[in-house]
Amino acid sequence: MSSKKPNELVNIPHEILEEAQKAGVEIQENKRAGTFFHIDQKTIHSKVNELFEGKLELMDIKTALQKYDWLDNYMWKLVDKNKDEFTKKVAQDYSGGYFMRILPRAELTFPLQSCLLITQKNLEQRVHNIIIAEEASKANIITSCLQHSSVPNAAHLGISEIYVKKNAMLNFTMIHQWSENTLVRPRSAAEIDDGGIFVSNYVCMRPVRDVQMYPIAYCKGANSRVSFNSILYGHKNSQMDIGSKAVLRGKSSKAEMISRAIAREGSKMIIRGMIEGDSSECKGHLECRGLLMDDKSLLQSIPELIAKKKGVEITHEAAVGKISEKEITYLMTRKLSREQAVSLIIRGFMDVGILGLPAALNSEIKSIIDASTEGA
Amino acid sequence: MDILEVKDLSVKVEDKYILKNMNFNLKQGVSHILFGPNGSGKTTLISTLMGLPGYEVVSGKILFMGQDITNKSVDERAKLGIVVSFQNPPEITGVRLGDLLKLCLGKAPTDKFTEEEQKRIEAFRLTNFLDREINVGFSGGERKRSEIIQLIFLKPKLLLLDEPDSGVDVESLRLIAMEIQHYTETTGSSALIITHKGDIMEHVKAGYGCILLEGQFHCFTEPLDIYDDIKKLGYEGCVACRMRKREGWQSEQQKTQ
Repeated sequence: MSSKKPNELVNIPHEILEEAQKAGVEIQENKRAGTFFHIDQKTIHSKVNELFEGKLELMDIKTALQKYDWLDNYMWKLVDKNKDEFTKKVAQDYSGGYFMRILPRAELTFPLQSCLLITQKNLEQRVHNIIIAEEASKANIITSCLQHSSVPNAAHLGISEIYVKKNAMLNFTMIHQWSENTLVRPRSAAEIDDGGIFVSNYVCMRPVRDVQMYPIAYCKGANSRVSFNSILYGHKNSQMDIGSKAVLRGKSSKAEMISRAIAREGSKMIIRGMIEGDSSECKGHLECRGLLMDDKSLLQSIPELIAKKKGVEITHEAAVGKISEKEITYLMTRKLSREQAVSLIIRGFMDVGILGLPAALNSEIKSIIDASTEGA
Repeated sequence: MDILEVKDLSVKVEDKYILKNMNFNLKQGVSHILFGPNGSGKTTLISTLMGLPGYEVVSGKILFMGQDITNKSVDERAKLGIVVSFQNPPEITGVRLGDLLKLCLGKAPTDKFTEEEQKRIEAFRLTNFLDREINVGFSGGERKRSEIIQLIFLKPKLLLLDEPDSGVDVESLRLIAMEIQHYTETTGSSALIITHKGDIMEHVKAGYGCILLEGQFHCFTEPLDIYDDIKKLGYEGCVACRMRKREGWQSEQQKTQ
């Protein structure tokens, strides 16, 4: 048996895989329904686990566009090409991205993973991704976007368009691991059909120079549902402007948003959320909680609720401030030192439970979060 | 032998004196019941003994097993063996009861409970709460059961219990009281229990009872006798009647020493 086969993850240099692993990439491919790897400006790996053949398609978007004429109808449909300078740049030229399609009624019992990685300095990585969850399909996707720790400056511009068809369920978890000099501009939108469920999770634990994003979900189908959840750890002068918007057009559609943010060491974090009720009987709830750890940092919560039809029911709760002294003391009566108590509260606050993940992914992501807040 | 000695203790809360020149001792291996009307300073007393913030010791000393702990932090006192149950414990987002119980036992979050520990948790009817966020959505009885099992898992030498019997259903009360009795009896540890009701004494065999009134202790004696007198005469009437007061306690202690 040859040790190196084409299109095998083992062909990727070990030290790159190690970094990817820290950002949630499972290198044992048999534990994933499929694996996609895009490094710098090239897709270098794209493979479906043989157990899931016939259940999903996974390939580079450029390959997919050649293969399927109909795919043109999905490009730049949810995200406007001319939205801003970043979308314009990607529209002009991009290096690829993933095309994921979960076939009708297919259930992916293992997560599907992608990794977008930057290893070249001063690179502006531009990708365009499309996910189609066909009717009554079920899948969990975990996508890790990261920069190799040796790279000082870089930018990541990523367009993602996500389609959740009738009665499909898609849980999409994005983990960002950038560095103190990365500019990050994801531009994402999703469309959810009748009875479809879309859960969009965002986890950002490492410092980042500047990330701004505001994904939009259009709940166009009756009884469609969207949840946006984010766990944000702003430290070492990170600038984060993270929001999400849900437009509830379908009858009885629902949106839920939960954000947990910690700001310390001069970080500035703006957490936005907008729920727009365009249809009667739609419901939405937005929750934002932030912990401010010092006087050099800033936390701002901007919730927006819009009702356009009577019968719309949208609520929000937000709280930003310091860690409760009562909670610290309580834990100290249980033999924890002040530092241990604070660390436990922080880790609890960044609760993966809000992400609605299957148990295995839950513990994987919990360990990433715990590693980042170690000794915090 | 005395596990705790309090000498001339005066305590202020928000610039107001709540306790004035208190002197008393707690005995090793004995449960003490502390009665007193609302606002008499009972919670202030046990909060001060635990070292909780907001309770300023203006004068006096607290000795635990002969060691001066007056200026020790909350966690240092806990590590020495003093624990407290809260009347209104806080809800802590994302911190699961199971994880906290492991911490109380000195285990890492990845460690498993032993069979014996699992049995205790089951006895407290908390098995289904291990994955729940601490106190979030817990009923009165569930909170108290959670508080008491945490304390028992901490293996303390002195338990300070702030109204473990308030807002609790009859079954939970019986369970809590029996567990406290079992723990103190088998480990020879002491307890100071604040209560307004006598029910807890059905299962906790208390050695002494006393009344805290106007910042002072009175009448260290048979707890059931005190409770009967309070019911008949009221707190002040009871204190006036039993003028043995704390001096009686002190002299009795001197006798035993």
